[in-house]
Amino acid sequence: MTYFAPDNLEDALAQLDTETTSVVSGGTDFFPGMQQGPAPESILDISRVEGLRGVSHESGGWRIGATTTWTDIIRANLPAAFDGLKQAACEVGSLQIQNTGTLAGNLVNASPAADGVPPLLSLRAQVELASVRGVRVLPLSEFITGVRQTALQAGEMVTAILVPPQPDHARAAFNKLGSRKYLVISTAMVAAVINRDAQGRIDHARVAVGACSPVAQRLPALETDLIGTTADVQITTVHLSPLAPISDVRGSGEYRLDAVAELIRRTITGASA
Amino acid sequence: MTDFTLNGKPVSTTPATGERLSETLRESLGARDVKIGCNAGDCGACTVLLDGMPVCACLTPTQQAEGRQVHTLTGLQGDEIAARLRESFQDFGAAQCGICTPGIMVAAVALLRENPDPSEQQVQDALGGVLCRCTGYRKIIEAVLAVANPTPALDDPVGHTGTAIRRLDGQAKVEGREAFGDDVAPIGTLEILIIRSPYARSAFVLGDLGGFISAHNGVETVLTAADIPGQNRFGVIPDFADQPVFAVNETRFRGEAVAAIVATPDFIRQFDPADFPMTWEHLEDVQTIEQALEASAPQLHKGREGNIMCGGFVKCGDPQGALDNADITVQADFTTSFVEHAYIEPEAGFAQMVEGRVEIHACTQAPIMDRDALEIILAMDASRIRIVPTGVGGGFGAKLDLSVQPYLALATLKTGKPVRLTYSRTESMQSTTKRHPAQISLQIGARADGKLSGFKFFGNFNTGAYASWGPTVTNRVPVHASGPYRIADYRAETQAVHTHCLPSGAFRGFGVPQSAVAQETLFDELAEKLGMDALEFRLINALDNGVPTVCGQVFEQGVGIKACLKALRPAWEAERAKANAFNAENEVLKMGVGLAAGWYGCGNTSLPNPSTIKSGIRADGTVVLHQGAMDIGQGANTVIAQIFATALGMPVQQITLMGADTDVTPDAGKTSASRQTYVSGNAARLSGQALRAAILAQVNAGETAGLAFGDGEIIVTDGELTHRINLSQLPADTEGYTFRAEETYDPPTRPLDENGQGIPYAQFGYAAHLVVVTVDTALGLVKARKFVAAHDVGHAINPMLVEGQVQGGIAQGLGMALMEEYLPGRTENLHDYLIPTMGDMPPVETLIIEAPDAHGPYGAKGLGEHVLIPTAPAILNAIYNACGVRIRHLPATPARVRAAILEAGK
Repeated sequence: MTYFAPDNLEDALAQLDTETTSVVSGGTDFFPGMQQGPAPESILDISRVEGLRGVSHESGGWRIGATTTWTDIIRANLPAAFDGLKQAACEVGSLQIQNTGTLAGNLVNASPAADGVPPLLSLRAQVELASVRGVRVLPLSEFITGVRQTALQAGEMVTAILVPPQPDHARAAFNKLGSRKYLVISTAMVAAVINRDAQGRIDHARVAVGACSPVAQRLPALETDLIGTTADVQITTVHLSPLAPISDVRGSGEYRLDAVAELIRRTITGASA
Repeated sequence: MTDFTLNGKPVSTTPATGERLSETLRESLGARDVKIGCNAGDCGACTVLLDGMPVCACLTPTQQAEGRQVHTLTGLQGDEIAARLRESFQDFGAAQCGICTPGIMVAAVALLRENPDPSEQQVQDALGGVLCRCTGYRKIIEAVLAVANPTPALDDPVGHTGTAIRRLDGQAKVEGREAFGDDVAPIGTLEILIIRSPYARSAFVLGDLGGFISAHNGVETVLTAADIPGQNRFGVIPDFADQPVFAVNETRFRGEAVAAIVATPDFIRQFDPADFPMTWEHLEDVQTIEQALEASAPQLHKGREGNIMCGGFVKCGDPQGALDNADITVQADFTTSFVEHAYIEPEAGFAQMVEGRVEIHACTQAPIMDRDALEIILAMDASRIRIVPTGVGGGFGAKLDLSVQPYLALATLKTGKPVRLTYSRTESMQSTTKRHPAQISLQIGARADGKLSGFKFFGNFNTGAYASWGPTVTNRVPVHASGPYRIADYRAETQAVHTHCLPSGAFRGFGVPQSAVAQETLFDELAEKLGMDALEFRLINALDNGVPTVCGQVFEQGVGIKACLKALRPAWEAERAKANAFNAENEVLKMGVGLAAGWYGCGNTSLPNPSTIKSGIRADGTVVLHQGAMDIGQGANTVIAQIFATALGMPVQQITLMGADTDVTPDAGKTSASRQTYVSGNAARLSGQALRAAILAQVNAGETAGLAFGDGEIIVTDGELTHRINLSQLPADTEGYTFRAEETYDPPTRPLDENGQGIPYAQFGYAAHLVVVTVDTALGLVKARKFVAAHDVGHAINPMLVEGQVQGGIAQGLGMALMEEYLPGRTENLHDYLIPTMGDMPPVETLIIEAPDAHGPYGAKGLGEHVLIPTAPAILNAIYNACGVRIRHLPATPARVRAAILEAGK
């Protein structure tokens, strides 16, 4: 029974290497997952690890440290390409959740309805993983491998989310569908980053959908079809083919597929305004 | 060792790995003002400030507080913003039961520090993470906004009926001092963990319990059915009592108790129920009405053939003949879902043996019924059982039934030690009652002139595994299914059907909200087919003084439904015009306006339903009111006292309130059926009048004499004459009273005959709601934009509390209409089961109608349940008005609304 809250990454990674431990930062997914019964033997609290919190701009891209909270993102000075991520941050749970929950934790938790995943996919984010063996970087699309499954290996933890350079004038938007305001798990959500050329034609489009497949998906065929248009693209079943929505308490698969097309239209419009 | 600063003072604690800050604050550091509602970040009740930032203490590892500042509501006593909030919360009635209040206020302090004059939207964004089930949020929003823009205080010095005054018990709530069910046990008290069935129906075999006890340190004992000294059976209606405290051999619903471990908190925290020595076998179950009614279905209870527990019936005139002669008829089938009460306080309590008596401190709506039930379970005389209700963090019907009480009593009896039990959110949702899912078929006819012509209603209600209040629901619905209308030719029949689901019971309205959905939406269809205005159609058919109900009851006075409907007319005209203009401009987002009415009989249906209220005057001049009517947030402590003070003729603020406590307060009945203002209010009026008469008689003063109490005397001012009654010279009784008055009131009702004809209730209250919604037709998303609610309350004892009931009831009706659907095994938490948040509740304009009732105290009628009866059908009618689809399966989730829109477009 240990609780270890190191202030540096080396100690954290060393601890991860020596025993199976639950990594905790905000706790907003860790505690709700606890059932009646024994608590985890060991907890590694990374919230005090120096250098892991905050957003920095480096070599044209951005580094979002693993303990950066949703509130940190909302308050960070970021270009318009991040507006979708900020909108998602504002819709995560509640202010209380945003104040402690982290983006990295949202990825590691790997819920199909994780609010952070679609906007980060639309930003083509990568995930930086570290262990005593070294550091590796995976595209977000390869990091989350299934429902509640990630590519994290034993002894490894997420240290940062890396966002590559975005087109200079890119705009972004996010739309979340839920049965109520606040404290709601998404029925479906869409994030988009769109850039237009001087003539107003789309020359960069990244559109991602969450809660409509085991892992949130980008829609490459739609992104391709948007190029060169003014966003007046009819959304087809081909565009939506990466999606495989299930039916659950929040809505039927049929409904999700129907609603998500509308959400995509609104999000693209929102990111093109 | 974890050191931090709690409310300005350094503290040191040694949390276990995985310990939540909420638990440490409450159980190691005594900060019981931090409330735990869900342990999952879904309710926000445990909100504290961590270095000034609001966080959920239940999601925070205690060790993260190391070196930091933690503030709970108690620690903000000296804070200037918090002080202003406390005043404002009191003036607006922003705290009803008070369980969410500490979390709400802490979050509000954080907001106002950063933004002293926030907009309404900013208030919602900041407080949206705290759920409240009582208030409907609007009073909270107003109270927070008023900190920057103060309004006059509610400081009437007399506070008689008709006056908006602050809750008399409000200060403890806004200071976080109110002690709820989980707040009274001393730290370290033995705890109880209940072993529950993982299957809807299962056979089970208990293993070596003696071996289990001796093998585990910290386990005091294990309780099973074998430990019950009396009968292993309880139920709120004695003739139907069928629920075991512990199941024997077979369980009938998922979450049913089979055994309980009594052990130290350390043991309980670490124990995995899968390690309990027993085996389970999953048996074939029936969970829907259809399954349960099949000939081959497993039977839940002997003597209830075909899984039918009971039924209800009301008939008058010739319904089929009238339908045959109608110019127009409408017919439809409706279904509704299990609805969870979702009070923010899970069931909790503490028990101990005191001088050979069992003493139970728990949240309850019905202390005397709890004691009656325990007499049977414990085979113990009532004189040896004391029920001391704690603060009740919301009830809405489910805390009428036993929950933690028998386990607490058995555990303290067996161990001789103090014990506590708090349900987890999941246990609370799995094992306590729900609103009955209904399957309703309804046919209604009307003549071309708009007069109703024939009404045939049949309703099956999924009553779950045990009776609870199922008989009441089946009884009440046929009496109420007509709505507040004159229907000469009427037939309504109901059935309660057993299934292997958790017991359905009482929930604000006892089945009437379900039947109103069918009746009020079909009324709109009739009006449309007749080409009549929906409001006009209702007015043509509305009940009135001297007009018989479907039970043949005729009220000579006090029928206020027409006044309620007429009060809505200005909004009905204006809002529809606005909606038309809006819809002309918008293709996807459509606005609609809907209305619906309702009525509700106060008190038990044709059964005795007395309340007794005692009062006395001590030798020092203190006036004491023994107030046993449970205040579960609705305001009985204030309303009953206002009525008593009016009758006695003294300022309400000078009254000393005692109770509720079965040793101290006489039986004021249960807090249900919207009966406390009416029934206990009348008992309080009679008690106040009797006390006054005794005082006046002492000095031969006239009826209009004024009274003043204090300093060991009563000063009676009778015109020019002043009498001084020196109380020290009067004999005091064993309780120290020089004057006393204990009075009982029982509503005059008469039994219903085989056709449901008779006098079911001495009074009804009436209501009509109007709602404006928008429907996002592409997504099926419905948003309520505004409510106008007209309520005939006879006489508003406290208009501020009336508004609080109206807004809170509407929020629950909104949830039932749009999002609430309890599915056993699937929505056993507050993130899969959704209730409205602060962002879902639009402004409510409350129109108070006062058609005095001859029986009500000063004309007052009950209100609590009336409110949510019209809400859901009004919303459904507004959805139709907006986008042309009729939703007949509740809730009207986005998926269902969108599917209906697509279907209609085909």
